[in-house]
Amino acid sequence: MNTRLIKLSGFILAVILSNIVVAQDVLMIRSSQSFPETMTTLQNSIIDHKYVVSRVQRVDIGLTKAGYKTDLYRIVFFGKHAEIKRITDKHPELVPYLPLKIAIFSEKDETILTALNPANFSKILDNPELNILYQRWANDVRSILDDVASVE
Amino acid sequence: MRIKTGIHLAMVLLTLGSSNISAAPNGEKLYKQHCAACHGTDGKGGVGVPIALPSFLDSVSDRYLHRTIRFGRPDRVMPAHQHMSDVQVDSIVKYVRKMSTARAPVYDQKPVTGDINNGKKLFAQYCASCHGANGEGGTGTGVTFSRPRNLPVIAPALNNAGFLAASSDAMIKRTLMNGRKGTPMNSFIKQGLKEDQINNIVSYVRSFSGHKAKVAQTGIVPGSLVYESSENMKDTLASLKKSIIGANFKVIRVQTFESGFVKKGKEDPKKIIVYFCNFNMLNRALAIDPRVGLFLPCRVTLIEKNGIVKLISINPTAMSGKFNNSELDKLCNEMKNLYEGILEEASL
Repeated sequence: MNTRLIKLSGFILAVILSNIVVAQDVLMIRSSQSFPETMTTLQNSIIDHKYVVSRVQRVDIGLTKAGYKTDLYRIVFFGKHAEIKRITDKHPELVPYLPLKIAIFSEKDETILTALNPANFSKILDNPELNILYQRWANDVRSILDDVASVE
Repeated sequence: MRIKTGIHLAMVLLTLGSSNISAAPNGEKLYKQHCAACHGTDGKGGVGVPIALPSFLDSVSDRYLHRTIRFGRPDRVMPAHQHMSDVQVDSIVKYVRKMSTARAPVYDQKPVTGDINNGKKLFAQYCASCHGANGEGGTGTGVTFSRPRNLPVIAPALNNAGFLAASSDAMIKRTLMNGRKGTPMNSFIKQGLKEDQINNIVSYVRSFSGHKAKVAQTGIVPGSLVYESSENMKDTLASLKKSIIGANFKVIRVQTFESGFVKKGKEDPKKIIVYFCNFNMLNRALAIDPRVGLFLPCRVTLIEKNGIVKLISINPTAMSGKFNNSELDKLCNEMKNLYEGILEEASL
């Protein structure tokens, strides 16, 4: 197959997929598992996707005192060290968005997870090389969320 | 040979594409994919309203559900699903219908005629306490963080372009006449109003059509706020902490950017993150939208390169547009001013 044909088939595939995949700004899923189980599944999936969980941040201090029924709210930060170091060295304006993060909070017996869609980081810094990376991150974040959502 | 390979490839790709187009959409799958996160797997609500409520499904038409999915509620969290085909939207509607035994009503699309001025008075008397003086609806989003669990729904924004495009006058009228069991919406007939008075309220609600959702910001909003400090890293960090405290925030943690990725002592000291919080503001933010964790805790990163220290934070106004929540937009504007004040003071 010559290069032109490969490019053409790539283009056709891109057109087909563009009808299927829409870059939502905020990705969100619901897990039927309780908060602790979902948190474990989430962290395992992040690791399975070859990322490092760098920190789990609590965002629940004082929530119950303030009248909220739920106080299980965490932010899970994750990334690949070499990757985020290289990018933030070269493009410091991306640093507030890194490491990547997923917010996880309980709702009754279930758990909700939400993340910014990294594909839309191109709105912050549009760069052909970075756009490929954003897309990979987006695919990975979707895949991680799918893993969590698919556990019964 | 090349032509043959090309034809085969094109056939494969077209088959792949057409299989997506021709296969009957699975409403349950689409619901779980696009709706369940907010409305609950069983439709009993959460961040979004409980759509499985029999008194709700009993009073809304398939057309209303279809248009609600299609147009969403601009500025009120519920996104517009413009990317789905009509068949896909219909399959979700069909699935949602199965959540109740109630039969789908079909409404006349003719406008209800009434006295708008009288309707305005009645609206102020009977509706405004829940739906807002101008039909702007209740505040907050879902049950998890934004309101007590004994309230199953937040009063919808009747002046919302999405609501008005989805609902017919006849549907609004029936809701006013019958109320919605299981919600604070009571029957207006039982409250003593006559049908012509209800018509007046419907006409007034329809007059909200003039309301327009906020116009999307034009131009590029920078995703980050970047300030350059005139001092070295140590002094800039001290100034930053001081200005954070001066803005009524609490510094909750200072760490290297690489913390958690490399061993202690091996981290790059030229990239430092300062996390800070104002708990009242945090509670306010969570009450407005539980998804705000995506830009929490508040954070400024210091980066030193070639002897120059930069202070960098998110631009909250660039973030807020992603959430389709006008209440959050206001808070993000406030946050942006606070961030700018902190960064400006710390970089002087």
